[in-house]
Amino acid sequence: MKRSSWTEYQKDIADDHYYYARSCIRQNFFPGSEKVFLDILGKDLGRDIFDDPLHTSCTGIGYHSDVVPLETIMTVVARQFSLMAEAGYENFTSSCITSFGIYTELLATWEEFPETEERTRENLFKATGREFHKPKNLAHTSDVIFHHREAIAQRAKRKLVNVYTGEPLKVVEHIGCHYAKIFPKKGVGGSEFPYVLAGMVESWGGEVVDYPERRHCCGFGFRNYLVQANRGYSVANSHKKLESMAPYKPDFIVCNCPGCSMFLDKWQYTIAEMEGTTYGQNGAGIPVLTYEEMAGLVLGYDPWELGMQMHQVDVEPLLDKMGVEYDPAAKYLGRNGKFLGRPERALVNSCSQETLYKMKAL
Amino acid sequence: MKHVIVIGGGIAGMQCASELLRQGVAVTIIEKEQDLGGKIRNWHKLFPTFTPADEVLTAVRHKLKISSNLKVRTGCQATSITAKKVTLSTGEELKCDAAVIATGFTLFDAKIKEEYGYGIYDNVITSADLEQMFNEGNVRLAQGGTPRRVAILHCVGSRDEKVCQRHCSKVCCVTGVKQAIELKQLFPKADIFNFYMDIRMFGPGYEEMYREAQTAYNVHFVRGRISEVSPTFDNRLQIKAEDTLTGRPLKMGVDMLVLLIGMKANAHNTLLSKECQLQMQSSGFMQPKDSFLGNVTSNVGGVFYAGAVTAPKNVGESINEGTAAAHSVIEWLEKR
Amino acid sequence: MINFGFAINKPRAIDIDRNNLRKSNEIISEMPELQACIGCGSCTASCTAGNLTEFNFRKVHTLVRRGEYQGAYEEMNKCMLCGKCRLVCPRGINTRGIVMLIKRKLGDF
Repeated sequence: MKRSSWTEYQKDIADDHYYYARSCIRQNFFPGSEKVFLDILGKDLGRDIFDDPLHTSCTGIGYHSDVVPLETIMTVVARQFSLMAEAGYENFTSSCITSFGIYTELLATWEEFPETEERTRENLFKATGREFHKPKNLAHTSDVIFHHREAIAQRAKRKLVNVYTGEPLKVVEHIGCHYAKIFPKKGVGGSEFPYVLAGMVESWGGEVVDYPERRHCCGFGFRNYLVQANRGYSVANSHKKLESMAPYKPDFIVCNCPGCSMFLDKWQYTIAEMEGTTYGQNGAGIPVLTYEEMAGLVLGYDPWELGMQMHQVDVEPLLDKMGVEYDPAAKYLGRNGKFLGRPERALVNSCSQETLYKMKAL
Repeated sequence: MKHVIVIGGGIAGMQCASELLRQGVAVTIIEKEQDLGGKIRNWHKLFPTFTPADEVLTAVRHKLKISSNLKVRTGCQATSITAKKVTLSTGEELKCDAAVIATGFTLFDAKIKEEYGYGIYDNVITSADLEQMFNEGNVRLAQGGTPRRVAILHCVGSRDEKVCQRHCSKVCCVTGVKQAIELKQLFPKADIFNFYMDIRMFGPGYEEMYREAQTAYNVHFVRGRISEVSPTFDNRLQIKAEDTLTGRPLKMGVDMLVLLIGMKANAHNTLLSKECQLQMQSSGFMQPKDSFLGNVTSNVGGVFYAGAVTAPKNVGESINEGTAAAHSVIEWLEKR
Repeated sequence: MINFGFAINKPRAIDIDRNNLRKSNEIISEMPELQACIGCGSCTASCTAGNLTEFNFRKVHTLVRRGEYQGAYEEMNKCMLCGKCRLVCPRGINTRGIVMLIKRKLGDF
């Protein structure tokens, strides 16, 4: 797709020495992604990144669900920053989009209303005895991967290309709202035509799909989907996006937000079970990847090591398309070879396993 | 013989110059483009009478008679303006007895409103682009073919704090209605939708033209601002707005989207206000001395204004201000 | 099908592409003056029925023009044909005529 202005939205992304803050949702739903992020940065790219066991949730879920007050989250965030400084780092990178949004918003709030910074400084000291520090550089982890996208492309074992047709894979990129809709200048490419994921897709040989509801929210919204009575309009947003992207026959969806990846993946199960609709070309769902999983596949990681067995929508058709070698029998074996159990059959995965991508057998 | 420098050779500047010449004053016109004429050169027809813009421009040009008292300097700008002296971008200094600033306005750059995809989606065009298409007699879609449905969006770069343009550009509403009628005349079967926040029909004959667009041409008017444009699978454009009169979101596919771009103050005005102590309004347009008795007078003695340099104006108003400024200049020169 | 205890909301947006505009076009071509409505609300302000029920003449005819016919006939039945709206309409629209026309065209919806 054409873009005219992404280069006008350039943000500083640190090149090395990152302090890593994890995401609550991803640790549970996509634990492999965070692990592989550390591996890609540390092992593949030789960068220094610190995964600090002392850091906590940013409490964003509580904040957005009206249970954590602003002063509290400010103090928690200040503690994270202070841990970073104590560990000798000044570049903060967070795995969660909402955390990133919160960190960005609080830094702006402290700048704009210095009295809130003063109060946070006091609260932090009273609660933890720690000194207040602000990071020199704040980036989302997708920014960090974007920053290193060419280095990853140089080390690529395979591309985002359909090995049977030689055509670039069609990729739907979905950017979490809190990445750039709050502060457009803090996101690569701004809020209307963000380039953070598109840049990776293009560098690694894929093709980005622009479709009518590209900029629409997935419907996560925290307090909204958390309450069962509100879930109908929360799901309806993902439903709207899926309906809108389906005619373009995307090979997969890639997200940079924990909630979006979870939603677009798991709601496909829900929609299939409630309405009998699936959106993939083969009658199944559309695989949903995190950008780390996408980078991991490009770099030649084993899909089960990337945690792709945790997905609701089976990723095998995509792996076949990309020519990824994998052991089907190892899918549900944990890291120690212990059987994890097998999910129940679901409509969203009910296509024939002998799909057109099983061409290898032919 | 007195000498007056007119900065800007659009309709207001030319009209002012010809009036001054008629009164026996020597005039130098400074024009940044290579030719006189200004923005109207690129316009097709003028509201509300559908008079060809060229007709008006030719009449104004015709009045500006070639004489030894008239000098025209093109391809340069004024960097400093006082009643006694005008400095040009070439470094030259021209002496004078009074100066008239008729530098007009800048068209809003629609690319800044990224959500509308101007420069990204081929069939998103501006009102200025459409005028050019009318001029070339070539209104068609980028991929060829005629549009079946067109949306015209009002207030692009007007009444919008997000792009630092709080003011109303005044002429876009009526331009939108005019262009809707012209499109309907070209493509009688097409559906034309105007998306507006308020319809501001400020001049004689405008409201009547609006009514005619509604009832005689069946142009649809939806009160709501388009919030987002994206491509559709069949290579059209999907637009989203609220139909505020029914209180419901509304979406539709269109073949072409016309953005009615506003009139923005020239960036040059900031320089004038800093270098020449001329007062500027918060909108960036220059501040006339008085809204009732001194519309063409600046706060600096011997420096005058004509046309859209002080606010968005239509063609008739700009020409009138050219005349009014000439009269004020003569009055001022007589007092010296 | 599994019941998860909630239903997926249907889109609320007026989708001009999905709506069948045939009836709407017929109504407008029979009484083009309807397009002259400027949404001032004088009709609803003075409406006998609209002051005591949800009936909103302006909203219903605008929805009809967008191809949203559901319930329009029933709504128009609330009109008492008193004619006050026609007196107050600044655009001189024959509002009573519009009520009758919509009822005639959209009885089946």
